[in-house]
Amino acid sequence: MYRILKREQIVPNIHLLVVESELIHKNAQAGEFVVVRADERGERIPLNLVDWDSRSVSMIFMALGTSTYKLAALKVGDEIATLAGPLGKPTEKVQGKNIVCIGGCYGIGALYPAIRMFKENKNHITTIIEARSGLLLYWQEELRKYSDDFYEITRDGSRGFKGHVNDFLINYIKKNKTDMVYVQGCTYLTYLVSQTTRPFNVKTIVGLNPIMVDATGMCGVCRVIVGGETKFGCVDGPEFDGHQVDWDTLLARRRVYLDKERYSLSFYECERYG
Amino acid sequence: MAKKIIPKKTPMREQPPKERAKNYDEVPYGYSEKEAMQEARRCLQCKKPICIKGCPVEIDIPGFIRFIAEGNFRGAIEKLKEKNVLPAVCGRVCPQEDQCEKICVLAKKFEPVAIGRLERFAADWERAHGESSVPKIPRSTGKKVAIIGAGPGGLTVAGDLIMQGHAVTIFEALHKPGGVLVYGIPEFRLPKAIVYREVDYLVKCGVALIVDFIVGKTATIDQLLRDFDAVYIGTGAGLPWFMNIPGENLNGVYSANEYLTRSNLMKAYLFPEYDTPIVRGKRVAVIGGGNVAMDCARTALRLGADEVHNVYRRSRKEMPAREEEIHHAEEEGIIFDILTLPVKYIGNENNWVKEMECIKMKLGEPDASGRRRPVPIDGSNFITPIDTAICAIGQSPNPLIPQTTPDLKIGKWGNIEIDSETGKTSKKGCWAGGDVVRGGATVILAMGDGRVAARSMHEYLTTGVW
Ligand SMILES: Cc1cc2nc3c(=O)[nH]c(=O)nc-3n(C[C@H](O)[C@H](O)[C@H](O)COP(=O)(O)OP(=O)(O)OC[C@H]3O[C@@H](n4cnc5c(N)ncnc54)[C@H](O)[C@@H]3O)c2cc1C
Ligand SMILES: Cc1cc2nc3c(=O)[nH]c(=O)nc-3n(C[C@H](O)[C@H](O)[C@H](O)COP(=O)(O)OP(=O)(O)OC[C@H]3O[C@@H](n4cnc5c(N)ncnc54)[C@H](O)[C@@H]3O)c2cc1C
Ligand code: SF4
Ligand code: FES
Repeated sequence: MYRILKREQIVPNIHLLVVESELIHKNAQAGEFVVVRADERGERIPLNLVDWDSRSVSMIFMALGTSTYKLAALKVGDEIATLAGPLGKPTEKVQGKNIVCIGGCYGIGALYPAIRMFKENKNHITTIIEARSGLLLYWQEELRKYSDDFYEITRDGSRGFKGHVNDFLINYIKKNKTDMVYVQGCTYLTYLVSQTTRPFNVKTIVGLNPIMVDATGMCGVCRVIVGGETKFGCVDGPEFDGHQVDWDTLLARRRVYLDKERYSLSFYECERYG
Repeated sequence: MAKKIIPKKTPMREQPPKERAKNYDEVPYGYSEKEAMQEARRCLQCKKPICIKGCPVEIDIPGFIRFIAEGNFRGAIEKLKEKNVLPAVCGRVCPQEDQCEKICVLAKKFEPVAIGRLERFAADWERAHGESSVPKIPRSTGKKVAIIGAGPGGLTVAGDLIMQGHAVTIFEALHKPGGVLVYGIPEFRLPKAIVYREVDYLVKCGVALIVDFIVGKTATIDQLLRDFDAVYIGTGAGLPWFMNIPGENLNGVYSANEYLTRSNLMKAYLFPEYDTPIVRGKRVAVIGGGNVAMDCARTALRLGADEVHNVYRRSRKEMPAREEEIHHAEEEGIIFDILTLPVKYIGNENNWVKEMECIKMKLGEPDASGRRRPVPIDGSNFITPIDTAICAIGQSPNPLIPQTTPDLKIGKWGNIEIDSETGKTSKKGCWAGGDVVRGGATVILAMGDGRVAARSMHEYLTTGVW
């Protein structure tokens, strides 16, 4: 069992979770994730590492279904059944490049270790975070620390630029030399950005979130098609070249359990709240 | 001959097929004391018992059977445990028909002694009557051993080395120990409580078990070697194979590992009490002819399928699954489509599999494995409607450890190469065995490998000579 050191809703529906671990930080690198299981009956779900130190690891998650609702109900001192990692391939290291880093929803947190690593490797970092509304944006201070330029985009214009990330990005790339784009967030965002950068031929690395079970390469549920080849998201990824990803298959495969996930959530809420 | 031999094994009572196809309870009930003693008396107590040669861990077979015949069941289990740390498991899943029972002298004219059933009986008797006390552990040698993987191989090494006084730590990637015994083999064939009990016994003897630890990621072997004097790699063959045919990434197409892991390890058959879901298909096709395929097919049936087809490219005779498993599957109503090979899955507009295209096969000349090679019959393609497909065609070792351990010699199937006399790998201080060396093999071979390695490890730990 692993003790919760902190669990806090940082913006509506998005939570920070800090779990005790003296082990995972030793080999942790940007781009890697952990598997957590809230309790003995829980699912194993992957969450990106957003930070770590010699005592703990931190994750940021969005409450969506049963597993993340269970996590959202945790209090300091509670324990979770599983915490395993670090998993996945780390973000590829590059040096001296102009990199645009884009994050949305939980991906804003997931950007943090990547831009820290990029900065340590002497890259020029332009960070863009986006959300429907200003009150869903978070961690600006943390991200600014490692960013050379920093932009916020909201669909309702309540903060930063009004509109969609793709409009902003097209303008940005036209005006600024861009060697690489790095994206963390929901599948829609990673897809959208990949389509936007494709005509400009700017290398685009996306953090994908296929369904996972073991996350060690044992079951194959996480398979994604990249460059026409089947890859296992958990061990060959989760970061891939967004221009090579077969998005239709990824989106379809994420929906396999949709009806069951809804049923599971109503079951959980029934059990919990009667 | 003084003794008149009863030609057939004492039958073992089982849950009726119709009933059991709907539940997860174990299929055979096991022998009663009376039945066990009756069966044990069939053993001739040969002076030169050849059955022992068929046992990869050299159990004193007539020895433990004699105790059962005499009604000394405690004596029987103690005799078994001298050589086998997992008798309740082996009594259930070992292919005795290809090992000890195959060469039992009775088998020449009659049915062999039911060695497996008797082994199971003795272990179950102990479970019901309280365990023999934990043996006295010798004084600490001060040496530390890391075992990677809590499958049957790793557990055997742990048991053997703790009894020599070494400090043993097992590192397991998943959240439960047991390896395939827990994530792969279903409850109705091997109740998980049995495996956990065996693990608990080791923990009581002083073995430290660390779960959620992925060697190669959480720490590499080189990092472990800073704290440990020797390492055993028993990580199994967990990388599932696919056929690389069109449509394999459609929704509803599973690997056997995913299907079984969801159902067994994650208890998806108890969804929604447990959170992990699984597709409850109505027309299920399971591809492959081994134990893994039989387990998938029988699981699909229990998850409520109307029709489960086992699709196998050779004939029934070449099926690598244990006879007992095929027989149980048939009784439960699994339909066998032999000499059939899927060539393509066809999806609907939502990317769900709706049909499978197959081609009929015929048997040609024998191949390298000695089995007749299946060859496709031109123009015999046909399409069959399905809503779930499970690919159970085999697996190979997971590359995580090879990729992060540069000086470990790896064979062409991704298997770790060892010296078969000692279990030593090419890397000083590292041994390996079981499925990570052999590819998908058996529980008892993994345990046999563990025993060989443990002997060599003990020697190294006491002499320091590699
Ligand atoms: C490598 C990897 C890293 C990840 N990192 C994070 C992370 O840092 N923070 C985080 O919050 N999530 C992350 N995810 C996604 C996270 O694992 C899932 O959101 C989680 O499994 C949902 O479980 P649940 O039971 O709460 O919801 P479910 O019951 O599984 O899903 C509830 C509903 O939400 C939908 N849904 C699920 N996941 C997403 C998603 N990511 N985007 C949009 N809709 C979704 C489902 O289709 C369903 O309709 C990551 C996924 C992967 C593969
Ligand atoms: C469905 C199925 C049915 C079977 N039926 C039978 C049967 O009836 N009879 C029979 O004799 N055999 C059967 N087998 C084969 C048998 O189970 C295996 O041969 C045997 O379990 C191999 O044992 P092992 O100790 O080598 O590895 P495994 O049992 O595979 O255990 C390996 C363990 O190592 C862990 N691991 C892997 N990588 C790492 C890592 N990097 N770090 C830490 N831990 C790691 C795994 O999670 C796992 O727990 C079956 C196999 C399957 C899949
Ligand atoms: S060969 Fe058969 S009859 Fe002889 S000792 Fe072994 S089990 Fe008994
Ligand atoms: S999650 Fe099972 S192989 Fe990737």
